[in-house]
Amino acid sequence: MEMNNQMPEACETCALNSASQLKKLGVNVDNSDFVVALAGNPNTGKSTVFNALTGLRQHTGNWAGKTVSRAEGGLTYADKRFKLIDLPGTYSLLSTSEDEEVARNFILFGRPDVTVVVADASRLERNLNLILQVLEITDKAVLCLNLMDEATRHGIAIDERTLAKDLGVPVVATSARSNKGIAELIKVIHQVATNQIACKPHRIKNLSSKVKEAIEDLSNKIIAEYPELPNSRWVAMRLLDGDQQVMEALQNGTLTA
Amino acid sequence: MEEELKKPTEDILSYASSLRWKVGDDFHDKLTEAIYSDAAGITSRVVKDDKGNQSYHLDQTLDRILTSRRYGFVIMALVLAVILWLTIEGANYPSGLLDTLLLQMVYPGLKSLSASIGLPWWLDGFLLDGVYMAVAWVIAVMLPPMAIFFPMFTLLEDFGYLPRVAFNLDGLFKKAGAHGKQALTMSMGWGCNAAGVVATRIIDSPRERLIAIITNNFSLCNGRWPTQILIATIFIGAVVPESFSHIASILAVIAIAFLGIFFTFFTSWLLSRSLLKGEVSTFSLELPPYRPPRLWKTIYTSLIDRTIIVLWRAIVFAAPAGAVIWLISNIHIGGESIAAYSIEFLDQFGLLLGLNGVILLAYVVAIPANEIVIPTVLMLTVSYFGISGVGSGDGVMFELDSANETAQILKAGGWTLLTGINLMLFSLLHNPCSTTIFTIYRETKSWKWTTVATILPIIFGLVVCFLVAQFWRLLV
Repeated sequence: MEMNNQMPEACETCALNSASQLKKLGVNVDNSDFVVALAGNPNTGKSTVFNALTGLRQHTGNWAGKTVSRAEGGLTYADKRFKLIDLPGTYSLLSTSEDEEVARNFILFGRPDVTVVVADASRLERNLNLILQVLEITDKAVLCLNLMDEATRHGIAIDERTLAKDLGVPVVATSARSNKGIAELIKVIHQVATNQIACKPHRIKNLSSKVKEAIEDLSNKIIAEYPELPNSRWVAMRLLDGDQQVMEALQNGTLTA
Repeated sequence: MEEELKKPTEDILSYASSLRWKVGDDFHDKLTEAIYSDAAGITSRVVKDDKGNQSYHLDQTLDRILTSRRYGFVIMALVLAVILWLTIEGANYPSGLLDTLLLQMVYPGLKSLSASIGLPWWLDGFLLDGVYMAVAWVIAVMLPPMAIFFPMFTLLEDFGYLPRVAFNLDGLFKKAGAHGKQALTMSMGWGCNAAGVVATRIIDSPRERLIAIITNNFSLCNGRWPTQILIATIFIGAVVPESFSHIASILAVIAIAFLGIFFTFFTSWLLSRSLLKGEVSTFSLELPPYRPPRLWKTIYTSLIDRTIIVLWRAIVFAAPAGAVIWLISNIHIGGESIAAYSIEFLDQFGLLLGLNGVILLAYVVAIPANEIVIPTVLMLTVSYFGISGVGSGDGVMFELDSANETAQILKAGGWTLLTGINLMLFSLLHNPCSTTIFTIYRETKSWKWTTVATILPIIFGLVVCFLVAQFWRLLV
């Protein structure tokens, strides 16, 4: 137990560690090679992860809804420039409050190269609601299992390998407050951005056959018309749900541009 | 081209709507259920939970106490009192230091420098006695309390106490027709109303957000705490026996702060039944786990993030105010300064309100920053009543070392206990400072609501002061 806690700290100061390739650029986000979005439930420490990666000191607070608009920051890793967007915390991407729209529109229309979902390790089940929705929209995602120190303190253990297998995307355990796991996180983000890791994201199961058929039907029709669209299944779900914004985006071409 | 693009999408949309008929209108619920059962399935495979854990119980016990019906409010009042006390007591010393540095060391240096390079008297007066004095005063008075208040507030926030406050106040706000999260923006306003107005962004519903913006001014801000404390010390502290004077003045200040909370609820209630009618929106407030705050990091970020930014804005607005004060005291028309004319004109209204012309003029001049109200009052009193032996000349803002000297000047200017009480009330109930007004406009993008937020508190202030003055004169 003690050893486990000590090991990463020693590694993180080692020159061979991936952190040695990480350069925090603060607000300098010009000419980025990759755009990375940070999504997640409120109060999972997204802003802390953001600060740990960019070296910025955006104020973080222990209450839901701290980040009201999105913040941007930059970093370089392995000679690539990454632009990081800290999205407002949301529980879901299905309803229409302002902060959820900011988050959803960015993942959908901003087409980030990688979407990192920050989750609270001690409240995984509730956090999965958002994670599963994000995985429907984008293929290239990383789950950052944050607040691991707290989860451990509360006697919660998580089988990260099974979780990664179930979700079909890499899972990185972090405690951003004390900088643990951040080096591993940027390494994985880089690998996903450069396609060294291929994601096979989880698709929502547990649907009745009638619903499943309708989604597949509509999705096939969409893909026939727009073969480039990466998330036809999700668009189909939104259309079946009667989402006005997605309908408009389809009509005026912003979705398929 | 346009037509070609439209055709396939229209096809897809009409196909989607035909499928919607087939699937039924509970698609949203079915999808949500599917997501939840997927999540439950994954969780059961990967999470091993130990509910008998100790720290879990500690969190629950803390929550039971901090949000209990019986102790919740008492604890809130105590926490507020301790923070205020630490801010008031702790700010004295650094304020004095900054005062010595900026006003007693740098100011004479600048004066002799300007004399040696032969600056004309009006330029010297305008720049040094006007602009520099105002800026130096704002820094000396405003920086120390902000540097203490904001970090303490941020520590509470990091610990996770604020959502519990919101939880406690939620029921009251709901009864007033407002949003429970307004508790958070209200307490931000105790630091700075401009910051409180920006914080209302956490409220989704535009109606409830407007209520939170308009009522934020009733949270006594940093610029007004010093005024309250000084006047309470001089007038309230003086009517009780010496040994109780300190506690009496702190209680008076806390009473004013709670009166502000009362007006927040009252105005929210009034607005939600008149101009801003509508349903109270429900929201789920997650009570986050308690986290031990990281002391130094918090102090650093709250200094950079809040204190410096708010201070900078105050300085930007204080500089022109200093210039105006100097100008109206030094431009004479027909043998009298503009300041003297204005004071005589405003005196008739002032006396009706239990205030006086000097105070009203000071509030007009000090719109940019509340913290320059008291120095402006003193300066105008000294020059208008021709009190000799104090001050540095017409239109120069200054601070007196002891509350005693200030008291003598104010009493020479005709002040009574009523004037003191009404100044405290008016300091709570008047227009927001121009920084806040500007912020309200930027956040609402509406002249109408900016005007309402500006005028409404003045109306309250005038009515309350008038009533208090009339009753006072009847009874005393």
